[in-house]
Amino acid sequence: MSTQELAIDTTVEMITLTIDGFEVSVPKGTLVIRAAEKLGIQIPRFCDHPLLDPVGACRQCLVEIEVNGRKFPKPQASCTIPVEPGMIVNTQLTSAVADKAQQGVMELLLINHPLDCAVCDKGGECPLQNQAMSNGGEESRFEGTKRTFEKPISISSQVLLDRERCILCARCTRFSEEIAGDPFITLNERGALQQVGIYEKEPFESYFSGNTVQICPVGALTGASYRFRARPFDLISTPSACEHCASGCDMRTDVRRGKTLRRLAGDDASVNEEWNCDKGRWAFKYVNANDRITTPLIRDEGGRLREASWPEALALAAKGLKENRSAVLVGGRVTLEDAYGYSKFARVALKTNDIDFRSRVTSKEERNFLASHVVGTQINYRDLDKADQIVLLGFEAEEESPIVFLRLYKQVRKRELKITAVAPFASRGNKKLKAELIATQAGSEASAISKISNLSNKSVILIGERLSESTGAISAAVTLATSSGAKLAWIPRRAGERGALEAGAIPNLLPGARPVSDSVARVDLQAAWGVSGLPSNPGLDSDEILKEVERGSIRALLVGGVDPLDISPDYQTIMEKAFVVSLEIRHSAVTQIANVVFPVAAVVEKSGTFINWESRGRFFEAAVPDSLSRSDVRILSMLADEMDSSINLPTVSSARDEFNSLGTWHHRESFTPVSGISPSIASDKANLCSWRLLLDAGSLQDGENNLAGTAHPSVAMISKNRADALDVNDGELIRISTSRGQITLPCQIDQIEDGSVWVPRNSANSKVIESLGITSGEVSVVKA
Amino acid sequence: MSNFHLEPRPSGAIQKAAEQSLPVTGTEPAGFFTQLKGFWVTFSTMFKKPNTIEYPEVKPEVAPGFHGRHQLNRYEDGLEKCIGCELCAWACPADAIYVEGENNSEGNQISPGERYAKVYQINYLRCIFCGLCIEACPTRALTMTNEYEIADDTREKLIWEKGDLLAPLRAGMLMPPHPMYPESDHHNYYRNEIRESHPSQDTTGGGQSR
Repeated sequence: MSTQELAIDTTVEMITLTIDGFEVSVPKGTLVIRAAEKLGIQIPRFCDHPLLDPVGACRQCLVEIEVNGRKFPKPQASCTIPVEPGMIVNTQLTSAVADKAQQGVMELLLINHPLDCAVCDKGGECPLQNQAMSNGGEESRFEGTKRTFEKPISISSQVLLDRERCILCARCTRFSEEIAGDPFITLNERGALQQVGIYEKEPFESYFSGNTVQICPVGALTGASYRFRARPFDLISTPSACEHCASGCDMRTDVRRGKTLRRLAGDDASVNEEWNCDKGRWAFKYVNANDRITTPLIRDEGGRLREASWPEALALAAKGLKENRSAVLVGGRVTLEDAYGYSKFARVALKTNDIDFRSRVTSKEERNFLASHVVGTQINYRDLDKADQIVLLGFEAEEESPIVFLRLYKQVRKRELKITAVAPFASRGNKKLKAELIATQAGSEASAISKISNLSNKSVILIGERLSESTGAISAAVTLATSSGAKLAWIPRRAGERGALEAGAIPNLLPGARPVSDSVARVDLQAAWGVSGLPSNPGLDSDEILKEVERGSIRALLVGGVDPLDISPDYQTIMEKAFVVSLEIRHSAVTQIANVVFPVAAVVEKSGTFINWESRGRFFEAAVPDSLSRSDVRILSMLADEMDSSINLPTVSSARDEFNSLGTWHHRESFTPVSGISPSIASDKANLCSWRLLLDAGSLQDGENNLAGTAHPSVAMISKNRADALDVNDGELIRISTSRGQITLPCQIDQIEDGSVWVPRNSANSKVIESLGITSGEVSVVKA
Repeated sequence: MSNFHLEPRPSGAIQKAAEQSLPVTGTEPAGFFTQLKGFWVTFSTMFKKPNTIEYPEVKPEVAPGFHGRHQLNRYEDGLEKCIGCELCAWACPADAIYVEGENNSEGNQISPGERYAKVYQINYLRCIFCGLCIEACPTRALTMTNEYEIADDTREKLIWEKGDLLAPLRAGMLMPPHPMYPESDHHNYYRNEIRESHPSQDTTGGGQSR
């Protein structure tokens, strides 16, 4: 337990000890090395890490310790010894014995450490380099030959290992076992040949492997994509926020000459601690993809996009949006400021509530739930830390919000936190969480949820965005929360969804949790915006918007960072009927149809705020400051000016200030429960269920092949009974089909609910929406 | 106290002008002998050997340690010594050096070992020829030549690329990329044990520059 956690608990006993002649009081259980840190005394260390269990592997932190007037006969490792009352500690600063011991350990550590700092990625930011300078001797007495290993070996496609550089601190192995729960690397062999190794049978396919690179105190573990790219002095580091999911990781972005070279996990004890997932760490190359849009584009008579000037494109877009009934599809990747821009643009310039950030399967039940139970509420990671039980509904923590998974895993490991999951089978992540599984078919979640009992007001129900795919499930969850007093939290998958909700980029809400149906709230916002009237009828959901486009009543669309396939498999034929204005960073399915395309800035090129699932704002500045790309809100403001209905949001900061000045409305929509309907699946068919894996074919992961190399292979999961019926063995191909198309995948026989078949939703060879046209429901399964 | 006085001794002309309370104009005539003394310097120089160097027709020899333009050296088999470690760029007080490292891969071995410089630039608008980069270089890849004719007429031309800085191939050297000397590793290279290229290193089959 870290000192920070202990300090929060005020009942904890404090212990006073003396370090280098200074008295200090620390909570009971604190390690000597951390008590010394509190005094500003730096004891050199390699294996010690505040978030990992003490191990005393490197022996670099030796100090002299005296308890009750009796001295330990030899220097002791300060990273493994908890403080005791009256303890007298002498570090290298006051004890010649400790200093000599530390220099001796350093000399031993350097015996086999190669002198290849010149080619090592860690050179310049290496704890071993630094501490060899500060706490090592000047000369080595070693005259033998250094032990060498073949170098480097790939632990995975992302992580490379130089075994001869390793000082056997066991940080990486402890991380993967204690924090990630993926014990795929261990220390093999003993003595001088001891080395980090992988299980040959199971590749190091952890979603968190990048953290081992970051915490390695030497250059033994390095990331393949950053290898040899730069030195620390080349890089300009900017604190930033992760754009990949709603966990809300603090990040650091390192840029060399306008190009992002690496991203590291930031240190935020209340959110991601010091960790992040591999997607957040390595999926940033999409920004430098070849298909970036750099100028406005308009479609000419021949149907081809051509480059255009800003005034020309703005005039054309404004004309198209003004003359037709228009709707807005925002997508879940925008920042709060941009979402606010879209929200205000829809209401003021387009005079409609037809705006939706949910580019996925949606329901009226969900939007009612978001407006009544989610918007404006706060719940945080500490509630997970303190919960007595967690219920996961429509939510695969490891795949859909990996830092939430790490928090849950930490509590499971520490105090066997009870976790209940409603899912068709126990996924790898849920097995690691030792979750109690309530096996259920897709679509029947409502009845499964109603069976859950024994929740208290310290329990937390985590609802994933996929729960909206099952009618009545959200209502059942709300009923469960109301009856038990448990806390409810909604964890969307994308980073911008919560911010978009708060900004009112949804048909039934205005910015700041103001219900569209509440006339007082409308008038309040009217006054704040200085406009004469706001549309009062609740707007259409994203799927309804596309239906209206198909019917021809909506004739223009403003589309943000949306993958339209997520809304409808037939988007192409539908959207071709409308005048489409697209704001995109790269060429996409939308820009292929769009009449006007505006280039916008990627996350590293702009400032903004993401609101994570806790409702915590993650503000970030532009990491590439001299980019010419503009944030969405600025383009929307120009577009609104062109349409003669200004939204007055010329900069990101003006949008943020205006949004903050609106405040949160005090009244919520009331929630109307919907009863569940169990799906009827023909006996010879199967019920498809699917979700997205963390590493898949998502467009923000483009261009990073090393990352893609550790994505889990696509398999179709079926039960033993179904496999027997189909006469297939593990690994044989099966074909899953609907009237629209088919997917052929190797099968994996697992303890999945008998009526179900599971496939990854958007992975290689498994594009469910594109191929099958559905995300869940009836499919036929045959041997391929 | 000292008897040391810092009082200027006025020249004769100034003193004279001061006595007559007239302004000093600088046109006061010097004495005949004073003039003769001046002409003697001119006259005697006529018989001395001239110091003039007829540059650029005649290029002067510089001292062996002269800090001229840089050169990126090669091992005796033609592989580049530079490993792209950026220590030169780190040492440079003028921020004149830009290096980007890259992996040596099978089929694209540029230097011995794992790492080579994909981009190597020296900006001679910035370089102050202090030689700290040479001291920093761990492989003696970067040295300075005695060449000093670097001046040019555009800024672009004064940013020298790796191709401009690389030492020419001498006899026995092969143009990289080519594999390392058989049965050797980077240590053999660093210890200067590779004396020439091996026929098996010539992957082009043509023996480019042998």
